[in-house]
Amino acid sequence: MRRLFIANRGEIAVRIIRSAHALGISTVQAVSEADGDMLAARLAGATVVVGPARASKSYLNGAALVQAALESGCDAVHPGYGFLSENAEFAAAVEAAGLVFVGPSAQIIRRMGDKVEARLTAKAAGVPTVPGSDGRVTPETAHAVAEQIGLPLMIKASAGGGGRGIRIVERREELETQLAQASAEAKAAFGDGGLYLERFIRRARHVEVQIIGDGADVVHLYERECSIQRRRQKVWEEAPAVALKPEIRAALCESAVRLGRSVNYKGAGTLEYLYDEESERFFFIEMNTRIQVEHPVTEMITGLDVVQEMLRIAAGRRLSVRQDEVVARGHAIECRINAEDPRRQFAPNPGVVTEFHVPGGPGVRFDGAIYPGYRIPIFYDSLLGKLIVWGETREAALGRLRQALAEMQVSGVETTLPLHRSLVEDPEVLESAVHTNWLEAWLAAHFSPGHAGPTGGGQT
Amino acid sequence: MAVKSMVSPVIGQFYSRPDPQQPPYLQPGDAIAAGATIGLVEVMKTFTRVEAEEAGRFVRYLVEDEDMVMPGDALFEYEA
Repeated sequence: MRRLFIANRGEIAVRIIRSAHALGISTVQAVSEADGDMLAARLAGATVVVGPARASKSYLNGAALVQAALESGCDAVHPGYGFLSENAEFAAAVEAAGLVFVGPSAQIIRRMGDKVEARLTAKAAGVPTVPGSDGRVTPETAHAVAEQIGLPLMIKASAGGGGRGIRIVERREELETQLAQASAEAKAAFGDGGLYLERFIRRARHVEVQIIGDGADVVHLYERECSIQRRRQKVWEEAPAVALKPEIRAALCESAVRLGRSVNYKGAGTLEYLYDEESERFFFIEMNTRIQVEHPVTEMITGLDVVQEMLRIAAGRRLSVRQDEVVARGHAIECRINAEDPRRQFAPNPGVVTEFHVPGGPGVRFDGAIYPGYRIPIFYDSLLGKLIVWGETREAALGRLRQALAEMQVSGVETTLPLHRSLVEDPEVLESAVHTNWLEAWLAAHFSPGHAGPTGGGQT
Repeated sequence: MAVKSMVSPVIGQFYSRPDPQQPPYLQPGDAIAAGATIGLVEVMKTFTRVEAEEAGRFVRYLVEDEDMVMPGDALFEYEA
């Protein structure tokens, strides 16, 4: 691999360029017509305009990206996250053009991207999945299935999605009426009354395991805890997950390696799980076959460069580490800094960054895509960068994070910095007493419009 | 009956239809109820619904589907 085409934008493009250049690989950055001034375009060895501002005509235009990669003399394509990173057709098109796709094969992307298929693959590898009906239930079969799953359970519409068409059953007596109502509702809403059942985990944590594989061996790089979410978007991530006992952590990470090995996984991947603190059980939910936004917390505790590992593996090299050489040390926390106003329902806030101060000191890192004078385009997501801290203990990391958040300054646009400054003082965050619905309830109580927030008002 | 217009509350990309495969929310002459959806404005992958402030009769869109709009740009005309 000599010349890498970056089919993405924003902070992850910057991140990829840094690792590629450190390995002596030159870079060509794809840019839309709206992105000529982005930081990645300034850092890359060269840029190619791949299409108009709208992502559907640029960063999602597979044919234009492949052509640009070929014409600019690249021999490999890194898809980043989002956009076409988990698009099997794009991976196949890259390979068909004689280029290396930095990620797993199209076949694996397709297989693990299909929720049903991924669940079956996990089951076959002995990885626990959320107990549920395998497919649809009828009023006749529902009782027997409910008996197996246990209560409370969720009735979900087969044709639903994104939280729509879900009912929770607490007591067995309710099951029959709830099923009938859910079926009628699903038929009205989706034109399909089909239902399936799943165990309802009241207070779930979101934990996930980073794996890397070279097609022959798979290792895990330990787990991350990402329960602090708003509308299913992660806001704050940590490694390791302090809620897990050592034996549970070991079993969780081993299960991820087992699943990765069962498909001869090649590249970086993340297995996402729900963790039920009451029963101390974890359940596989899905796999992402790409780099993730929150990979830096893993890098901070393991000392590994996950993007470099991806590039090495794509170039046909073996993993640089064996499992017994992967050592987790200390604790890392990442805060996502978005151009959103947390005091106004997280309204997106595009504009010009007038001032920008990056905090420093030991264990402090910022992976970002902004600079003073940068105009944030309106066409893409709101992630400006990620503030990441490391400490020997979680307490030490929180102390560094508190100072780094106080130092950090972004002017010209509203950001989520005030939210993080409040979170870092919150007693439940300090104890990691959180679950996936924790932040939304906390926001309603502490950060609703007009509320000054626990640390007082002031726009930053 | 006076012809009035309604402006965009935000900067973004205007959509006169729920998705590219569907017809526009409104055709000239359509009756509109207060609160009815007239279009969408997308900014940073977040969609803001543009809702009719009052009941009336739709006259025409003043911007094209997928046009960039600024806060205060007139989006459509209606009679009320």
